[in-house]
Amino acid sequence: MDAPLMDFGFISIGRNVWRRLVQGARLCCGVPDYDNYVRHLVQEHPERPVPDYATFFRERLNARYRGGRGTRCC
Amino acid sequence: MQGGFGKLAWAALALIGAVCFATVALRRGESINALWIVTAAVAIYLVAFRFYGRYIARNVLQLDATRATPAFVHNDGLDYVPTNRHVLFGHHFAAIAGAGPLIGPVLAAQTGYLPGTLWLIIGVVLAGAVQDFLVLVISSRRDGRSLGDLVREEMGQAPGTIALIGTFLIMIIILAVLAMIVVKALAESPWGMFTVIATIPIAIVMGIYMRLIRPGKIAEISIGGFVLLLSAIWFGGEVAAHPTWGPVFTFSASQITWMLMAYGFVAAVLPVWLLLAPRDYLSTFLKIGTIFALAIGILIVMPELLMPALTTFTDGSGPVWKGSMFPFLFITIACGAVSGFHALISSGTTPKLLANETDAQFIGYGGMLMESFVAIMAMVAASIIDPGVYFAMNSPAAIIGTDAATVAATVSSWGFVVTPDVLTATAAEIGENSILSRSGGAPTLAVGIAQILHSILPGEGMMAFWYHFAILFEALFILTAVDAGTRAGRFMLQDLLGNFLPALRRTNAWGPNLIATAGCVGLWGWFLYQGVTDPLGGINMLWPLFGIANQMLAGIALMLCTVVLFKMKRDRYAWVSIVPAVWLLICTTAAGWMKLFNPNPAVGFLAQANRYRHAISADELILPSADMGAMQQVMISNYINAALTSVFMFVVFAVLLYSIKAIVRARSVGVRTDRETAYVAFQPQEAKA
Repeated sequence: MDAPLMDFGFISIGRNVWRRLVQGARLCCGVPDYDNYVRHLVQEHPERPVPDYATFFRERLNARYRGGRGTRCC
Repeated sequence: MQGGFGKLAWAALALIGAVCFATVALRRGESINALWIVTAAVAIYLVAFRFYGRYIARNVLQLDATRATPAFVHNDGLDYVPTNRHVLFGHHFAAIAGAGPLIGPVLAAQTGYLPGTLWLIIGVVLAGAVQDFLVLVISSRRDGRSLGDLVREEMGQAPGTIALIGTFLIMIIILAVLAMIVVKALAESPWGMFTVIATIPIAIVMGIYMRLIRPGKIAEISIGGFVLLLSAIWFGGEVAAHPTWGPVFTFSASQITWMLMAYGFVAAVLPVWLLLAPRDYLSTFLKIGTIFALAIGILIVMPELLMPALTTFTDGSGPVWKGSMFPFLFITIACGAVSGFHALISSGTTPKLLANETDAQFIGYGGMLMESFVAIMAMVAASIIDPGVYFAMNSPAAIIGTDAATVAATVSSWGFVVTPDVLTATAAEIGENSILSRSGGAPTLAVGIAQILHSILPGEGMMAFWYHFAILFEALFILTAVDAGTRAGRFMLQDLLGNFLPALRRTNAWGPNLIATAGCVGLWGWFLYQGVTDPLGGINMLWPLFGIANQMLAGIALMLCTVVLFKMKRDRYAWVSIVPAVWLLICTTAAGWMKLFNPNPAVGFLAQANRYRHAISADELILPSADMGAMQQVMISNYINAALTSVFMFVVFAVLLYSIKAIVRARSVGVRTDRETAYVAFQPQEAKA
């Protein structure tokens, strides 16, 4: 009885693929998943303030080009 | 794919690979289709991944799916994050793909497509992918530590420091050779120059938008930036054709060299969000996008290879680079088969993001197979060009002359028949004044890419558009690598010099910042300048130096892997890294030795330096040097290159000695002595993440 009338699985698959693509593209620019970071903060460090996306992005940007990390391949 | 059907499918795939491989290797006298090479490569990659990759994962390294990775143990949501394997694959591939695998095969095509293709396929399976995979796992089991740290921990303080200095020198050479490729591609090309200059304001607009207007919205501004780039390419054509603006954007190679050094300095000192980061985003997406477009293009167009399988230059007399196939073909191919620089990436951000050890095969081994595939595509792009055009573009003016008629006559006399009309028509088609002696690989690759893209999206004058699109694609990610490398080099230099003058270590103070940046730019700038002004083409001189350095770093990484395997008491399986390490050591020391002592001035640095020294003392001018000062410079460059080659050889032999020492000590004790971090089991809720 609980079975849905139509299988909407493909929509969630599509959404999942898109999310992974965005995640991958961001990671290529050195920006990890923000939602995941917020979840981590809330779960593990509830005492710390949660930065907004702009602050998070800025911190990651500086971290990417800090010493010893800018190595790029030839 | 378990059971009989799976086995059958793999056997069929192996058979397809073998048939294509045999066709590529054995068919002579008639041109073959590029698809044979592509299919052979892909089939062999898949079989190697499934069998050899899994052998290393299960038998050699004994990857343990229950072992918690650093991403879980140190999870901070930022640097250490368990990441989906497909996402991480993309990240890792974007970090390792660069100009190396694109340029190396283009230069190697002078001996025909066959030798290079064989080494690209065999080399990646047995050496390159093995290195990336092993280093990734070794680093992952040590909290994601860097290569330098790993060498220090497993082999001792001294080899660690030696390896670090070697890495710094290698980086300087890489920056110089990359910058030279850009200089050679943009010299006397107002169209290319305009589009590359246009990326600076485009990047600054993107940077300001991302900082102040819509913080962190990478996607929308990257799409905007891409549209602006395309319009800059289109507009560049108008500028180049304009009677006043065309000459304004026409610069000689040495002018561009100075501009590039000034630019590299400014870009490394400016806040990263303004210029470096936005251009980095743009170049990363453009790089991945163009690689995909090229792959699809080759599949659709199915071009015939016009370059013969083997040319007469297999004897080492070729104009693009000098020296016998062994060892110089292997040095020239470099990154597409095995790249030492990947050891730095595999021990950088990637191991900190692994969700499970068992993903390392897909990311480390698989990522490198993908890189090799990019190199195969570059080889295809270089081989679908008319060979006469290829040699006219890649031979130095000192050998083939400077006007179309002479060049066509010289190249035709080598057996690659080409008419002056074809040379001028090709130049006109791609919107350049001349294609003669556009060495460095990038212009040749751009012509190949333009031919493929133009076949899919044809149109009046679109060939020139695609050519400059390809040039921009290469220039953009090379320049980003140069900026980021200069920045990283600056920190390395500050750290290195800080040992003597602690005040220099303050990375936030302006004084030390400017001094170290200038030092770093000065170092690569010096090599760049000597390469650009070298009468014999420069790429002849710098690319082998780069190849030797890169392959030596790979040798060092593989020696580290060998030491670790022995310390893990996996002696029986150590051949997996010993075989490629020994091969790389033989290749690089042979190449280094020949570069130092070969009596042929075109090959040996010392012989060349002595030739110029004698000529200077006899007051004879060696053409095409303009005066004695220029000859003096050639002499000094060759001495310095010889010294640098000796330093590289010293580094690799020192690491070899320390490795042997470490292996002997490891074998003398009965227990494991490696410094793996203690086993931590996954928490039950993490196990299926």
